[in-house]
Amino acid sequence: MRGMTRRRYLALKIEHTKEVNESDLENAFFGAVSRLFGEYGVSKAGLVLLRHDKAKNWVVMRCGNTSLNMVKASLASITEISSEPAAVHVLGVSGTLKSLRRRFLNH
Amino acid sequence: MKKFYDLHLSVPLGNSELTKKMVRKAKLLGYAGIGISFSSSIPGEIVSDLRQLCKDVGIDLITRVDLEPKDPKDLLMQLRQYRRRVEIISVTSCHKPTARQAAKDRRVDLISFHSLDFKRRFFDSAEAELSANSLAALEIDMSHLLLATSYRRIRLLSHLRREIGLARRFSVPMVLSSGATNEIFMRGPRSLAALAYLLDVPSDVASRYLSENPLAIITRNRIKLDSSYVAPGLRVIRRSKECVE
Repeated sequence: MRGMTRRRYLALKIEHTKEVNESDLENAFFGAVSRLFGEYGVSKAGLVLLRHDKAKNWVVMRCGNTSLNMVKASLASITEISSEPAAVHVLGVSGTLKSLRRRFLNH
Repeated sequence: MKKFYDLHLSVPLGNSELTKKMVRKAKLLGYAGIGISFSSSIPGEIVSDLRQLCKDVGIDLITRVDLEPKDPKDLLMQLRQYRRRVEIISVTSCHKPTARQAAKDRRVDLISFHSLDFKRRFFDSAEAELSANSLAALEIDMSHLLLATSYRRIRLLSHLRREIGLARRFSVPMVLSSGATNEIFMRGPRSLAALAYLLDVPSDVASRYLSENPLAIITRNRIKLDSSYVAPGLRVIRRSKECVE
């Protein structure tokens, strides 16, 4: 494990007025981190959108352990997705996908 | 478990549907209490309806008034008018003398500033020292941080960081509030604490600004508003008819 960045998995609840797809979400997430921390910040964050459940409006994403605070602050600053009012709420953070699903997504 | 309080929700009291949604959402987000601004022009039935709604939802309603006095004299007059009627008094000052008066008056609970009017942010070391002595807390309204974009947000972040640094140096209590005007701008306590990372406030300290500090203000003022309160350390325990010789 030495030299590897530890990962954190985030369960997010998306609140929006119109339907959004994965690329809209990615644009919003990357845009938020980029606005606050710049391109260098985005490159360090290691953001990856893993799953989007349109029916339940939740998203699972991954980021680096060291940039977790940065990502959480950026997600909280999102007020619109695809020019429509929206909000992103972090349901929980976990070190593994398995525990994230068990604790926050009721799997 | 920690109880979180959002002392500033700008609920549109005329729009009962949105008010209900916002109160329910505050409960869902995990708040134990919400502060809603009232003014003397709001009809009594709206206030009692809101009180009932909060009771039904299971959230504590904290009555609040936002004062924007023209000068120190006006501030004193408004304080006399409202202090015995509401639980939280917040003062936004447009002039330095008014800001100084607000900072030294013990009847003021929160001092806040026009967020995007940077020339009217009067929180300097003198203001911080006065606030620390009078226990007035500095309110950091996160809605402005969400609404501002590009250069304005950059300037706001730098001003807030400087003010928070000063407040910490002089031990001025601080309170984080959402200032949300609709559901979209409402954030949970942990999200607000995460946003405070942008202001160099660690998340454990930020969560104190959302729980312990607001609770201390609410408790202090509720004791004072209680009918048995006389003066600090002095309260009525029995009245003449209840006294048995």
